[in-house]
Amino acid sequence: MKLTINGENREILKSQNLEELIRELDIQAPNFAMALNQQVVPKSKYATTPIQDNDEVEIVHAVGGGI
Amino acid sequence: MNTKKEFMKIGDKTFKSRLIVGTGKYKSFDETRQAIEISGAEMVTVAVRRIELDKNKDSILNHLDPKKYTFLPNTAGCYTLKEAVMTCELAREAGLGNIVKVEVIGDEKTLFPDNEATLEACKLLVKDGFHVLPYCTDDVVLCKKLEDIGCAAVMPLAAPIGSGLGIRNPYNLKLILEAVKVPVIVDAGVGSASDASRAMELGVSGILMNTAIAGAKDPLKMAQAMKMAVECGRLSYEAGRIPKKLYASASSPLDGLIEL
Repeated sequence: MKLTINGENREILKSQNLEELIRELDIQAPNFAMALNQQVVPKSKYATTPIQDNDEVEIVHAVGGGI
Repeated sequence: MNTKKEFMKIGDKTFKSRLIVGTGKYKSFDETRQAIEISGAEMVTVAVRRIELDKNKDSILNHLDPKKYTFLPNTAGCYTLKEAVMTCELAREAGLGNIVKVEVIGDEKTLFPDNEATLEACKLLVKDGFHVLPYCTDDVVLCKKLEDIGCAAVMPLAAPIGSGLGIRNPYNLKLILEAVKVPVIVDAGVGSASDASRAMELGVSGILMNTAIAGAKDPLKMAQAMKMAVECGRLSYEAGRIPKKLYASASSPLDGLIEL
């Protein structure tokens, strides 16, 4: 399945939902959040949010920054 | 001496330190951690960015104890209302809390805010339950509007972000302080400890800074200087300065002078 993740084109092999995608990408940030097609998805819904070909996924976390 | 210390209140939280610090531009996570610790800040701002896939998995949050600090996610780098609102929603979902620093930048060169878009973004975020701290220009009318729509504080700039030019318009800050009841926090522009003291002496509730510490030759020393300067300026404000006068006024009694 082809997804756009954080602006990059990616071929995803196994994942069918956001929870599986996090595992497949090995995301380990202590605090991260996801949006699917520009809609923020609550953590509690990752397992029940399916992903499809051409979806746009954003995965963000906190980084050093000021103003 | 009245030793009762007044605290800074933002949203539903109270802070002993009136210094809020950024986490950008440091050489390492370790230096960031040390500088913040020395600064005594209890509120720390962080940016929200895309995770770099397949890269080093370390994160700034592995180096800052969430029990010790209140995180203040910011929307730095956002140029539209939509980006700013979504960044706040993502930050809350990421567990960074619901106090947010809203910035909608309107000009790349000066990093001055787009005040109209900032106001609109703040309206949406306040309705959505956030405690909103907007970065804005030092405009009294705008600050009043931001207070009226429910912002938890206003954060006028003292000078352009990262410029270190200091307090360019203390009179505007004074007017804002008179006009609004919510905390006024100087956000951006402070370059040295004397700038920080001067801002605090005007009576602002706090100061947010990043570059002034991170960009100093010795960031750890500057963190200490800024901690002291903010405390010093606040004390001076609470103590109440003498009025300025054109002519001298002797401190020694005139009676009992020897006469030759």
